[in-house]
Amino acid sequence: MDTQQQQSAIKGAKVLMVGAGGIGCELLKTLALSGFEDIHIIDMDTIEVSNLNRQFLFRRSHVGQSKAKVARDAVLRFRPHINIRSYHANVKNPEFDVDFFKQFDVVLNGLDNLDARRHVNRLCLAADVPLVESGTTGFLGQVTVHVKGKTECYECQTKPAPKTYPVCTITSTPTKFVHCIVWAKDLLFAKLFGDKNQENDLNVRSHNAASSSKEKEDVFERAEDEDIEQYGRKIYDHVFGSNIENALANEETWKNRRRPRPIYSKEVLPESLTQQNGSAQNCSVTGGDSVISAMPSLGLKNPQELWGLTQNSLVFIEALKLFFAKRKKEIGHLTFDKDDQLAVEFVTAAANIRAESFGIPLHSLFEAKGIAGNIVHAVATTNAIIAGLIVIEAIKVLKKDANKYRMTYCLEHPSRKMLLMPVEPFEPNPSCYVCSKTPLVLEINTQKSKLRDLVDRIVTAKLGMNLPLIMHGASLLYEVGDDLDDIMVANYNANLEKYLAELPSPIVNGSSLTVEDLQQELSCKINVKHREEFDEEKEPEGMVLSGWTQPPATNGESASTSNNENAVDVTESSSGSEIATKKRRLSETQPENHKKETQNVESDDDDFMEIENPMLVSKKKKRVE
Amino acid sequence: MDGEELTEQETALYDRQIRVWGAGAQRRLSKSHVLVSGIKGTVAEFCKNIVLAGVGSVTLLDNRLVTTEALNANFLIRPNGNAHIGKTVAEICCDSLKEFNPMVHVSVAKGDLSTLDIDFFNKFDVVVVGYSSRATKKAVNEKCRKLTKRVAFYTVDCRSSCGEIFVDLQDYKYAKKKLDETVECELTYTSFEEAVSVPWKLIPRRTAKLYFAMRVIELFEETEGRKPGDCSLSDLPGVLKLKKQLCEGNSVNENHIPDSLLERLVSDNTEFPPACAIIGGILGQEVIKAISGKGEPLKNFFYFDAEDGKGVIEDISKP
Repeated sequence: MDTQQQQSAIKGAKVLMVGAGGIGCELLKTLALSGFEDIHIIDMDTIEVSNLNRQFLFRRSHVGQSKAKVARDAVLRFRPHINIRSYHANVKNPEFDVDFFKQFDVVLNGLDNLDARRHVNRLCLAADVPLVESGTTGFLGQVTVHVKGKTECYECQTKPAPKTYPVCTITSTPTKFVHCIVWAKDLLFAKLFGDKNQENDLNVRSHNAASSSKEKEDVFERAEDEDIEQYGRKIYDHVFGSNIENALANEETWKNRRRPRPIYSKEVLPESLTQQNGSAQNCSVTGGDSVISAMPSLGLKNPQELWGLTQNSLVFIEALKLFFAKRKKEIGHLTFDKDDQLAVEFVTAAANIRAESFGIPLHSLFEAKGIAGNIVHAVATTNAIIAGLIVIEAIKVLKKDANKYRMTYCLEHPSRKMLLMPVEPFEPNPSCYVCSKTPLVLEINTQKSKLRDLVDRIVTAKLGMNLPLIMHGASLLYEVGDDLDDIMVANYNANLEKYLAELPSPIVNGSSLTVEDLQQELSCKINVKHREEFDEEKEPEGMVLSGWTQPPATNGESASTSNNENAVDVTESSSGSEIATKKRRLSETQPENHKKETQNVESDDDDFMEIENPMLVSKKKKRVE
Repeated sequence: MDGEELTEQETALYDRQIRVWGAGAQRRLSKSHVLVSGIKGTVAEFCKNIVLAGVGSVTLLDNRLVTTEALNANFLIRPNGNAHIGKTVAEICCDSLKEFNPMVHVSVAKGDLSTLDIDFFNKFDVVVVGYSSRATKKAVNEKCRKLTKRVAFYTVDCRSSCGEIFVDLQDYKYAKKKLDETVECELTYTSFEEAVSVPWKLIPRRTAKLYFAMRVIELFEETEGRKPGDCSLSDLPGVLKLKKQLCEGNSVNENHIPDSLLERLVSDNTEFPPACAIIGGILGQEVIKAISGKGEPLKNFFYFDAEDGKGVIEDISKP
């Protein structure tokens, strides 16, 4: 073995780790033990009590502190002479630009969200630094290697939007509406109407866990003779008011974030609702076994209508009252069901109030109903295994041992005797818009869509750009940045509200746009095709972006033909992200895993918890749907 | 419904994993007692995993004094200058492990694993033998098998970037999900002695080469009177000679065990930390399965080799 060469490659390497959480703690430890001496680590999160069962570098006394910094200090205790530099920051911050990335020999990701993964992928491509990417979900995990020009990039395969979210984002730092939905559905609804004994993350963990949990017990318990409305207001004030105040006390959390606003019922609701709106008794029943709903008595009819804070607050109280008045027997056994009208109303209202508090745009009941998500969890052992595999790949990358690169899957049930299954990596997808600069095609109604829709739904959401710039020919239509003067900002803001065909440089059928992100050094061309009608069900965004990926079926074939004959697993792993599907299929052929295709993914397997990898999970979800 | 409820503190700390394996499994974990011997890199990883998972107690057995060699791949030992003088590996690791989870009772046992009497093992639900000789593995496994209660027995070894896990759960029942119902399944395991004496002729050709290579090295160390892991490149001719004899004795082709594999195993007796993390992770997962009775445990050997990156299960039981 070329141990000597290996040791010098390791010693001389400068490594960037992104993420100091479940995988990150294990990875930092294994890197240090393996002889790495120059490690930089970025993580924006602070430590929470519920991290401690697997993020073993952290102790109870560290709760509230920076993960990156505490992880660094902990590893230096057993390897004092190495250099570890920690950054308590978001990897998407402008200081982590292409030049920053260029100083490293390899980048190792231990991230928990698609957004950051894509961002790091682009910076690695721009800086031409190899990336080792990883993820775990329960007992499943995977490690992939992305080397520009040699293997596929992280975005060569489409990544369906992740449907699950990091726990702390849900409990403490929501930034999107879906985070509020998950909170309302999986935490608040479950706490009030589900199994009372289930441990629940509803209360923001404070430094003093004992006192907050005591308080929690008192608040959610309804006394026998307690007025339902008073009880509802108490819950309201607790979850939207005092809980937010408690969270605000942890300054470290809000250093780089927008601070939420506590909301109390007395600020938004009249003193007594019963007199104003009529009571729960006469509000909803229009027929013998009609659906119980809070909306009619509040004069709300259109589920696509956007409710304001007051309306949401009224729905919240009314729905809660109805549960106690009409469905008391079910309380304690309820689980959220999207076909349960009252449950959807309650969850929509609660999510919207929370969204208001965190400055997130509110959504209609219709939209809220369509958004699904669940919290899932990880175990220490999978993270340790994945971290070991990351280091093995990192060493190959440093030795430039390109024909030994593997993507490895960690399985829950053995497939052909294997629990750890290595597969040859795939070649770059020649039509990947990220690493191959292929033009994209956007079908859109140029007369009915505004530039804002294009920016929000395509440039930000689909293309994952952080600081975008949009050009049409020589005309600059929009850009984001710190160094813009007021006139330009006003100009761009005015453009945002204009329909595409009415912009200073009109975007019409056949227009070609250049969309760039200067931070990610990513530039792509979008060819516009005007289209009048979109299917509301299948194309709810009112626009369709295509051009960089083939549908999964053909994708698989092209990938396996381009793959080496002696690849370990050509027959069952036709594509990188497909393998998760195949793997599910394989394990489903085993008797214990037979599941009805229609079964809801949330209830189908209690072994399937924390999602750190959107690839596996979204595939799984997609399949089950 | 077995036993008392988890405390509030336990529920808060183990929240994430209770969602994975359920409160019942967590309760069983918290009542289990694990004996671990030979705390080198892979076993250190394993200890971390089960302490985090929240077993009831971990008893450490390793009388070696702390040396620079012991530091390799073992993050439980901090290079504390002279503070470790006179202390055993078990004592130092015990202090570190306690910090990982104050709810787990971690302690040190004294004595020689191979001569401890049968009553000693009766205190444990799980016994993990790391880096021991063939004779010791056999002896401890036999003692565990003689007890009336079932003690889950594991051995683990890591050489260079390769590793082996052996599992003996005797007669083991576990819950398995089938459609919407849970079914009881049963597995019957072979003892270590029986598993390593299965004639090679009866073992399928595609079985992991590491199984055979480990048997050659084990036997070499035994016949030469070496301590486990005490081999170097200069032993290679002797090892290859023994391989030839064994292959002939078992009437299998000599190419069955590549010389290059044996060379790697004898020439590099330091552990490769990423392999430790992987093997210690798999072993942790298996012990958690065995204690909780949830999930299909591996039967009965596991191999990992960082060279090809495969983690393979082999069932080598008495015919």
